[in-house]
Amino acid sequence: MKTSVNLCGVELKNPVMTASGTFGSGMEYADFVDLNRLGAVVTKGVADHPWPGNPAPRIAETYGGMINAIGLQNPGIEVFASRDLPFLEQFDTKVIVNVCGHSEEEYLNVVERLQEEKRPDLLEINISCPNVKEGGIAFGTQPKTAEAITKAIKKVAKQPIIMKLSPNVTSIADMARAVEAGGADGVSLINTLTGMKIDINRRTFALANKTGGMSGPAVKPVAVRMVYEVAQAVKIPIVGMGGIQSAEDALEFLMAGATAVSIGTANFYRPTTTIEVVEGIEEFMRKNHVEDIHELIGCVK
Amino acid sequence: MSKMEIVTIAKQECLAPGVYSMWIRTEDIARNARPGQFISVYSKDGSRLLPRPISICEIDGDYLRLVYRVVGKGTDEFKDYVEDDTLRVMGPLGNGYDVEAHEGVAVLFGGGIGVPPMLELAKRLPGKKQDKIVVLGYRDQNLFLKKEFDQVATVYIATDDGSVGIQGNVLDAFKEYGLSGDVFYACGPKPMLRGIKALSEQMQCPAYISLEERMACGVGACLACITKTTEVDEHSHVHNARICKDGPVFLASGVEL
Repeated sequence: MKTSVNLCGVELKNPVMTASGTFGSGMEYADFVDLNRLGAVVTKGVADHPWPGNPAPRIAETYGGMINAIGLQNPGIEVFASRDLPFLEQFDTKVIVNVCGHSEEEYLNVVERLQEEKRPDLLEINISCPNVKEGGIAFGTQPKTAEAITKAIKKVAKQPIIMKLSPNVTSIADMARAVEAGGADGVSLINTLTGMKIDINRRTFALANKTGGMSGPAVKPVAVRMVYEVAQAVKIPIVGMGGIQSAEDALEFLMAGATAVSIGTANFYRPTTTIEVVEGIEEFMRKNHVEDIHELIGCVK
Repeated sequence: MSKMEIVTIAKQECLAPGVYSMWIRTEDIARNARPGQFISVYSKDGSRLLPRPISICEIDGDYLRLVYRVVGKGTDEFKDYVEDDTLRVMGPLGNGYDVEAHEGVAVLFGGGIGVPPMLELAKRLPGKKQDKIVVLGYRDQNLFLKKEFDQVATVYIATDDGSVGIQGNVLDAFKEYGLSGDVFYACGPKPMLRGIKALSEQMQCPAYISLEERMACGVGACLACITKTTEVDEHSHVHNARICKDGPVFLASGVEL
C-alpha cells in the first residue's frame, strides 16, 4: 500500500501535514504527536523581524468553529532559524516554513535568509492572512499583485514555493492561475474566512481586532468546493485544508484534487488528530483495496 | 507532562447560585498537578470545539476538584454531568504557584471565581494558620469554599453587597483589617489584579498573580492567550507571554495589566 505523495518535487511519506499557525513548530505538540509519522510539519508564519501581533482577545468560539486574530505574532527569522529549525531537524518528517511579510522586501528577506538553511524542504508563502493590515492579504486578493510577488519570491527561493490562498476573493481559481503563471510550485488553500462575532452583553466585538479569520469544521464545505475549483484550473499540486477533523474529511479534499492536506483548528481541540487522520486514511485504503493513494487524488471530477 | 484523558466524575454539587464543584478521578493528571495549574475541559457538543480552561481547586491523590462558575453554554453543559459520567480533559496545564520558594507570611487574595485556585495553594504553603492570610471576595452571602479555607488559613471576607465582612473588594478588606504580609498570591478579575499589582509595588512585596484570557490550544501553540510583559519575553521575543504555557501565574511586576 503506497501512501507517499510527491509535493512540488518533495516526497512526503503520507499526505498529512499541519496547518500553519496551529502547531507552533511542533514543540508544543511533541507530547501528544509522534512528529515522525507526519508527512510534513508546516511552521507558524515567520517574518524578517519579531512581530508583536494583535491585542487580546485574539480568539472567539463560533458555532462549529472559531475566529482568530492573532496577527502573525512571531519571534522573527533569526530566532526561528536558531531554535525552531534545529528542533525539527531531529525528526524524520518534511519541514515547510510559512513565510509572512508586510512588503515584498520583507518576504524576500526571509526567503533569502532561508537559502542558507539545509532545511526547510519547502516554503509556504502566506499572502492571505486576513488579520494583518499591510502586506499579507494585500498580495492575496488581486491576481496581478499575487503573480508579481510569486515571481519575485521564486527568483530568490532555494526551495519550491507553495502560495497560500485566501478564500476572501471573487474567484480563487483566478488567484491560483495567477500564482501558477508567476511560477508557484504549488498552492495551499483555504486560509481563514473573514468573520466577526459580537458580544451582545458587552455590546462590543468579541475580538479586539473586530474581525478575525474563521476556521474549523463549519468552513469545510466551502474549502472542499474551492479545492475542487482550483484543481480544475491549475496543473500545480494543491494542499487542501479547512475544517479537517477526521480521515473522512481529509479524503474529501484528496478526492476533490488535493495532493496533501493540512490539519489546523482540530489540533487545538484534539491534539492527536493528525495521527488519527494518517491511520484513518490507511484504514480506508485497506478496506477499499486501494493500492496507491494516487487512485484517490482528484478521483471525483 | 500534560496528557489527554477521559476522566470520571466522582461528585458534582452546587455550592452557590451558578457556582459548581466537580470532583473528577484522573489517571495521571491529579498526581502531576500543582496548585495554580488548570485543566482544559472539552464539551461533548461538536458545535463547541474549544476547551474550557478551569483552575484546579483541590488535589487529592487521583482526584481533582474543579470549582467553576456557569458563564456560558459550555459550563452550563458541564454542570449537568453527574457521578460516573465521563469527560475528556487535558492537563495539568500551565506553571502553577511555586510553593517551595515561599518564605514568610503569605497573603492570598481570591476574587469571585478566582477564589477556588487559592484553596490548594493555602493548603500547600508552609507555615501555621496565622502565617497564611486569605482574603476572599464574594458578590453576596453565598460564601462558597469558606469552610475549607477556615481549616487551613486565617480568613477575611469582603462582599459586594456588604452582607458579610467588609463591603467592597479584597483590597478594601486588606486595608480595613490592617493586614500585611511578605508575599502576595492572587487570582480574580483584572481590575482586582491591577489593584494587587499596585499594592505590591507600594508595599514592595512580590505578588504572584494568576491571569485569564480566551484560549484555544492550552499548550502554547496558538498564541491566542497573551498578556503584555514589561520585558521582551524569552519565547516570543516580543512583549507578549503566553498565559496558558508561561503562566497562568506571573510575577505582577513582569506583566502589564
